[in-house]
Amino acid sequence: MTSIEAHVQQPYKYGFVTDIESEVVPAGLNEDVIRLISDKKGEPEWMLDWRLKAYRNWLKMSEPHWPNVKYGPIDYQAISYYAAPKKLPKLDSLDQVDPKLVATFEKLGIPIEEQKRLTGVAVDAVFDSVSVATTFQAELAKYGVIFCPISQAIREHGDLVQKYLSTVVPINDNFFAALNSAVFTDGSFVYVPKGVRCPLELSTYFRINASSTGQFERTLIIADEGSYVSYLEGCSAPMRDEHQLHAAVVELVAHDRATIKYSTIQNWYPGDEEGKGGIYNFVTKRGKCAGANSKISWTQVETGSAITWKYPGCILQGDNSIGEFYSVAVTSHKQQADTGTKMIHLGKNTRSTIVSKGISAGRGQNTYRGLVKIMKGAEGARNYSQCDSMLIGDKCGAHTFPYIDVRNSTAIMEHEASTSKIGEDQIFYLRQRGLSSEDAVSMIVNGFCKEVFKELPMEFAVEATRLLGISLEGSVG
Amino acid sequence: MGRGKGDGGRVLLEVKGLRVSVAGNEILKGVDLTIRDGEVHAIMGPNGSGKSTLAQVLAGHPAYSVLAGTATYEGKDLLDMKPEERARAGVFLAFQYPVEIRGITNSYFLRAALNALRRERGEPELDPIDFLQFLEQKLKAIGWDDSMLNRPVNEGFSGGEKKRNEILQLAVLEPRLAILDETDSGLDIDALKTVAETVNKLRGPDRAFLIVTHYQRLLNYNTPDVVHVLADGRIVKSGGPELAHELEAKGYDWLRDAAMVS
Repeated sequence: MTSIEAHVQQPYKYGFVTDIESEVVPAGLNEDVIRLISDKKGEPEWMLDWRLKAYRNWLKMSEPHWPNVKYGPIDYQAISYYAAPKKLPKLDSLDQVDPKLVATFEKLGIPIEEQKRLTGVAVDAVFDSVSVATTFQAELAKYGVIFCPISQAIREHGDLVQKYLSTVVPINDNFFAALNSAVFTDGSFVYVPKGVRCPLELSTYFRINASSTGQFERTLIIADEGSYVSYLEGCSAPMRDEHQLHAAVVELVAHDRATIKYSTIQNWYPGDEEGKGGIYNFVTKRGKCAGANSKISWTQVETGSAITWKYPGCILQGDNSIGEFYSVAVTSHKQQADTGTKMIHLGKNTRSTIVSKGISAGRGQNTYRGLVKIMKGAEGARNYSQCDSMLIGDKCGAHTFPYIDVRNSTAIMEHEASTSKIGEDQIFYLRQRGLSSEDAVSMIVNGFCKEVFKELPMEFAVEATRLLGISLEGSVG
Repeated sequence: MGRGKGDGGRVLLEVKGLRVSVAGNEILKGVDLTIRDGEVHAIMGPNGSGKSTLAQVLAGHPAYSVLAGTATYEGKDLLDMKPEERARAGVFLAFQYPVEIRGITNSYFLRAALNALRRERGEPELDPIDFLQFLEQKLKAIGWDDSMLNRPVNEGFSGGEKKRNEILQLAVLEPRLAILDETDSGLDIDALKTVAETVNKLRGPDRAFLIVTHYQRLLNYNTPDVVHVLADGRIVKSGGPELAHELEAKGYDWLRDAAMVS
């Protein structure tokens, strides 16, 4: 397998640093820092109280160590919890965005200038701790759709935020969720009113730029009765020797007959071949199918981060509600991922589908961890799970931990799992037909991930395919 | 020309003194072989004689180490070329055990392969629509339907379907040298006939065949110009099509004994 080993050496293409004057608060975490963040965001009193409550909870909690990942201790006092470019435009006036920021997002393939916007996609661009631009806000407002930075929503749509915030992920849900609740800085807020099909794809791009900082984003999406929204997030960060913490919380609420489609293309800096540097991506994402016949679908393509720890899940409360999870997780170099989903069936005839594709290359370790829980009242619930692992080379690992907890005997559960290895014979077969070894690997991997990629919005499926090619380039010789 | 006994036409492939080992065992112990444009050669021999090794090493499988000897293809050092370079130069191997590629349809795969070859030849790549038209012509020429095109490559194919799929690829990629590695094994009589008839249709002055087989039955349909018997890593006897019949009647033992003695 020596030639298969030769490859995982492709440099990270988004590792540049933007030289921009930033305001960074000194490292450390205490109540004063939280007051400072709240003050900078111009938050109402209730928000500050909420943050402080979360912080006091967090102090009593301890970092979870059950995931199948290894890392050194994190010094929470060595992190700066707020960093923002000094020159910030007034909201709604994109023309005033610092050209350096425009250029940064342009380089990342996220045009925020009026004339270059992606067609059919509204973008919220978050740089370190602040949102720097949100496109198409006015256009969306015509439909009653609110799409704005969450800090703006707290000021302008306080009633909605207050009504839904932490109703899906409680502030003390877990250590990182509590930390996020205390210090979150920006993220996106979406509200789609009754009966509205959101006319654009909504997208947030998160960029970490400053060093020694963490990014704590918070996203809240509410789809009211009979509405539909498709949302996508992307992210990247500079190459640095230090590990940077990214602890996000995402909450989704779908009312009766509403559908939320949430897609992630995660490309945080993964660290170098020796595992130096890279983002710790410790994220809590959860959706609640609150209403009958509602649907929440998670699709994630995770290629970046030194460590990924996330389980986007669904609480299937409404009768006949549907939860879906489609995932591709790639670990190469010394990346580690412990990811999967939780499907909690409460309502009658609720259905969930899980399709997980783990790809391990180099010395990467890839763990699928999933929970399917059928509660007592969930008559006629169904789950289908499929967990496939692919190994490239012989120094990587794939692990699967499916937990199944069924408390109603009418449930129908299906679980399929497979592990395969890209071997010399497969590569040779394709090379014998004229394909280069890179194209051969890319074809095999894309075929393996097809069921997940087809769930992505068209514009991003291409991006995902390309990204996967880059992360695995060099992994087979 | 070309259909004689290896006396006319341009030399396409010339193998001299080829010695090959796999996992430390020497399998080929000095093979000489000359194939001219458009000729059909059959390599026969008992199990373990090195037939498949010869096929694999000519295609460039990385598991095989060349210890000595040369292989010259169209005047170039074949052994120095990467597998994909050999493919793009027109060397095609129909695999004995074709691999499965999940999630990739046959037509997508065929187009990617054909375009890799076309790029090499400086021809424009075919887009999906042009390719479909091209494919229809090819299918028509060999009298096949399109039922295999939208299925994932070899996934869930029966043994016979996999072998047929190799021949379909051969038809689409139009190689100059087609090596068939035991394409007849595992085929029932009808499938064998289909495959053999298709191979006959694909024969031509610009396409040579090296048919590796254990049995004579495929050769009943695809009459070779030259038959070689490989035993214990060496070609111990070469002759015309009648040699295949002789082997069918007498088995291989008499030749194996001859090889041991020599």
